[in-house]
Amino acid sequence: MADGPVAELLLRRLEASDGGLDSAELAAELGMEHQAVVGAVKSLQALGEIIEAELRSTKRWELTAEGEEIAREGSHEARVFRSIPLEGLAQSELMRLPSGKVGFSKAMSNKWIRVDKSAADGPRVFRVVDSMEDEVQRRLQLAQGGQAEKLGEKERSELRKRKLLAEVGSWRDRPFKPYNFLAHGVLPDSGHLHPLLKVRSQFRQIFLEMGFTEMPTDNFIESSFWNFDALFQPQQHPARDQHDTFFLRDPAEALQLPMDYVQRVKRTHSQGGYGSQGYKYTWKLDEARKNLLRTHTTSASARALYRLAQKKPFTPVKYFSIDRVFRNETLDATHLAEFHQIEGVVADHGLTLGHLMGVLREFFTKLGITQLRFKPAYNPYTEPSMEVFSYHQGLKKWVEVGNSGVFRPEMLLPMGLPENVSVIAWGLSLERPTMIKYGINNIRDLVGHKVNLQMVYDSPLCRLDAEPRPPPTQEAA
Amino acid sequence: MPTVSVKRDLLFQALGRTYTDEEFDELCFEFGLELDEITSEKEIISKEQGTVKAAGASDVVLYKIDVPANRYDLLCLEGLVRGLQVFKERIKAPVYKRVMPDGKIQKLIITEETAKIRPFAVAAVLRNIKFTKDRYDSFIELQEKLHQNICRKRALVAIGTHDLDTLSGPFTYTAKRPSDIKFKPLNKTKEYTACELMNIYKTDNHLKHYLHIIENKPLYPVIYDSNGVILSMPPIINGDHSRITVNTRNIFIECTGTDFTKAKIVLDIIVTMFSEYCENQFTVEAAEVVFPNGKSSTFPELAYRKEMVRADLINKKVGIRETPENLAKLLTRMYLKSEVIGDGNQIEIEIPPTRADIIHACDIVEDAAIAYGYNNIQMTLPKTYTIANQFPLNKLTELLRYDMAAAGFTEVLTFALCSQEDIADKLGLDISATKAVHISNPKTAEFQVARTTLLPGLLKTIAANRKMPLPLKLFEISDIVIKDSDTDVGAKNYRHLCAVYYNKNPGFEIIHGLLDRIMQLLDVPPGEDKGGYVIKASEGPAFFPGRCAEIFARGQSVGKLGVLHPDVITKFELTMPCSSLEINIGPFL
Repeated sequence: MADGPVAELLLRRLEASDGGLDSAELAAELGMEHQAVVGAVKSLQALGEIIEAELRSTKRWELTAEGEEIAREGSHEARVFRSIPLEGLAQSELMRLPSGKVGFSKAMSNKWIRVDKSAADGPRVFRVVDSMEDEVQRRLQLAQGGQAEKLGEKERSELRKRKLLAEVGSWRDRPFKPYNFLAHGVLPDSGHLHPLLKVRSQFRQIFLEMGFTEMPTDNFIESSFWNFDALFQPQQHPARDQHDTFFLRDPAEALQLPMDYVQRVKRTHSQGGYGSQGYKYTWKLDEARKNLLRTHTTSASARALYRLAQKKPFTPVKYFSIDRVFRNETLDATHLAEFHQIEGVVADHGLTLGHLMGVLREFFTKLGITQLRFKPAYNPYTEPSMEVFSYHQGLKKWVEVGNSGVFRPEMLLPMGLPENVSVIAWGLSLERPTMIKYGINNIRDLVGHKVNLQMVYDSPLCRLDAEPRPPPTQEAA
Repeated sequence: MPTVSVKRDLLFQALGRTYTDEEFDELCFEFGLELDEITSEKEIISKEQGTVKAAGASDVVLYKIDVPANRYDLLCLEGLVRGLQVFKERIKAPVYKRVMPDGKIQKLIITEETAKIRPFAVAAVLRNIKFTKDRYDSFIELQEKLHQNICRKRALVAIGTHDLDTLSGPFTYTAKRPSDIKFKPLNKTKEYTACELMNIYKTDNHLKHYLHIIENKPLYPVIYDSNGVILSMPPIINGDHSRITVNTRNIFIECTGTDFTKAKIVLDIIVTMFSEYCENQFTVEAAEVVFPNGKSSTFPELAYRKEMVRADLINKKVGIRETPENLAKLLTRMYLKSEVIGDGNQIEIEIPPTRADIIHACDIVEDAAIAYGYNNIQMTLPKTYTIANQFPLNKLTELLRYDMAAAGFTEVLTFALCSQEDIADKLGLDISATKAVHISNPKTAEFQVARTTLLPGLLKTIAANRKMPLPLKLFEISDIVIKDSDTDVGAKNYRHLCAVYYNKNPGFEIIHGLLDRIMQLLDVPPGEDKGGYVIKASEGPAFFPGRCAEIFARGQSVGKLGVLHPDVITKFELTMPCSSLEINIGPFL
């Protein structure tokens, strides 16, 4: 645009001129639309400090039909004055004249005329002065001659108020350039929420809608005891390997453990009990004391259930949490060393696998996932265990969307929970559904400092139960 | 989850029928397996090493099947087939028998030197076995799967299998100085001492992972026969002398380890799986193990255990209503031979030696549910009535997040783990001053510590987004971790709010204004009077001198704000000035 012919012409003229140019005059001179000149000015301005431009507004005035009449024949008050003979005129008669009503009051306030109310045949109007100057007519004639700017602002506005003078160039008479409705608007300056955390908010909302209470999870550092032993995960379990878990050098060991409970856990692991054969190995306290970065939020659930077990009598609960967990894993497009885990837990008398599936159905329905299938699975601390699969329309196959199960009695009974209380639980990652939702294939595009802020700026509202975008072409995770 | 690779056609032949891929996938799903991948050796090689290398490789179709981590009995073709055939009621579960030999029993004598390094050993004999190439491969592969899973990479248990006809018992399991152990190991042509071998295997991609188990120990475990022939140096390598081949007819199996229970399970699994190919199917010849105290036991245990579970318990736990007879039938399909006894509600279940994973009634309940079909269970909602509560800290966080965005700041999400450099050197601090928790086994520097401040994450986000239009206004509300000996684990999370303003000008007034806004939102009035907030000139190595203030609210210091020091800007690879604010929101609960 800026290098168009008009801009070039404009620059040449500017160079030749002294003290700038008037765009309107230039347009008239060049015989082109004023808009074309304005456009050239704007595109030159956009380039930076090439030209200076200031906005000037000029106004033109023209007479209204009534104004034209007055310019020609004089103002109403002047016409009233002139129509009064020396001997005066009956007011009633005066009022019947075309200019009578308007002219009378103006002539009165100008003190050109007076009214004698005591006259024999009704009020009578007399001249007060011999002659007068018809200022209104004079001003209108001036304006008619194109010299409205010679009038004072006050005079002009008075004439405008009397609807005798009008500003021309009103929008009604002007052509407007059509809008390009295909162009984008200017986005408002605003802050943005992170897409993953928008999804987190929705999950919290869903749990709250379902009557689940949020568990405290604000402890990234956990002892092996709460992270593994309390969950009846044996000390030789591969998850407790250096290759899978971040252990701490400092503080390396947990300072306090609930020793009564620790003894019951130890016995259950090494000898069995509570109807269990146990794992029959030498359980070591040192191993349980080892601090680590929690590998799942189930450690927080274990703490919550332990607290629950200490309250007598037992009251049923529904718990949830969503927070970070850490794995010392090999990183790839779908795995990071830290991610968010979503967990739901229900503890009550007589809960069944059917109940677990029923709760899962309600939960996933709220996520907009209705086609569910359950696969037998193995988790160290749940039995029975089931993986939850949903049919993915885009991938045309069943994909795993969560893991679930009934906590083992070897986990619950040492805590002190009553024997007939079952605890059903399920978990899933926050990242995976989010990646599917937003069609993101690499987890690094979603979390961490390397994300493109534009992605955060552009991310839509999170409405989990609304129709998803066209599915991604590649499976996320 | 272990993955077992089996030849499809061999599998179908053993199952006595063929399946489409979809049908087999469905069968797996129902049984709790997962048909993970359909491939071939050729495909695998061409994927990993390119098509040129793959030329000539077998294109026999392979099924890769994911097996639950506690089902050691499904880790080979033999076990998978047996499990599925019983599940589909095509065969009855075989009964495994330990038999005494006609002649002398094989003895394994454990000496006390093993106590400090690898104290346990068990043994058994597979007599008159008939291998084929496929069976032999499966036998080797099963040992590898067991090593990788239940044996925990040979640390808990290591398996040695030997051609019994090349050896002469009794055998001695002892421990010796590495320099005193000398033998020709598998796949080598000459003899080496144990010291030499440990060196050689440092570059062996397979064996190098096991060296640490005995390395640096004064004595190494070793097994001899009565002629002084070395069978194996567990858990590293077998001797070449007794190596088994496709033609081996009599196999001596020894399992050594640090976990007696697991050693017994591993031995049971190997012999139950491969006694199928013995002349007397499913029989295993006993071996005697003599312990250092002089006592002895015969192995394999092959113990069958009886459990009693009430039918109504199974129904109640699963949420179904099946007759005891039906439940017994379901369990029998899961390799758990069951019958109704007593009052007609009791089910007696026989746990075979292959099902070491059954340790509680809940394991039996699960198997009944699997046989019933998870997807046939009626879904119901529990009547658990509860009132929901939010965790107060998270509730406040959620509210603040929305209003931070409303104030024009963009939320970022950064990692809780980072390098020492991020939280110390780059901010002009000494690491000891941070009170950070340190990770002992980070794979890279990115995971050395848990962050003690949110600022580095925000600055790194800016560095990765330098091409974005200015100004950048970012925030994060998340946890940091500080050592704290008052907590049970010795560390504590704090919920921080951090915001940065990055532009051509430092914009202290913007960040200061944001603080004012945050305090307004938290209903904390300005002023030092009780309950109010005030900022006071302060200093910090991360801030430009004279451009830092400490924030006091509700009578305590809650954080700092200021213009960042140019050194900090540079160390985070930024080029413009930047002001920041970081507060602990805990005190505002």
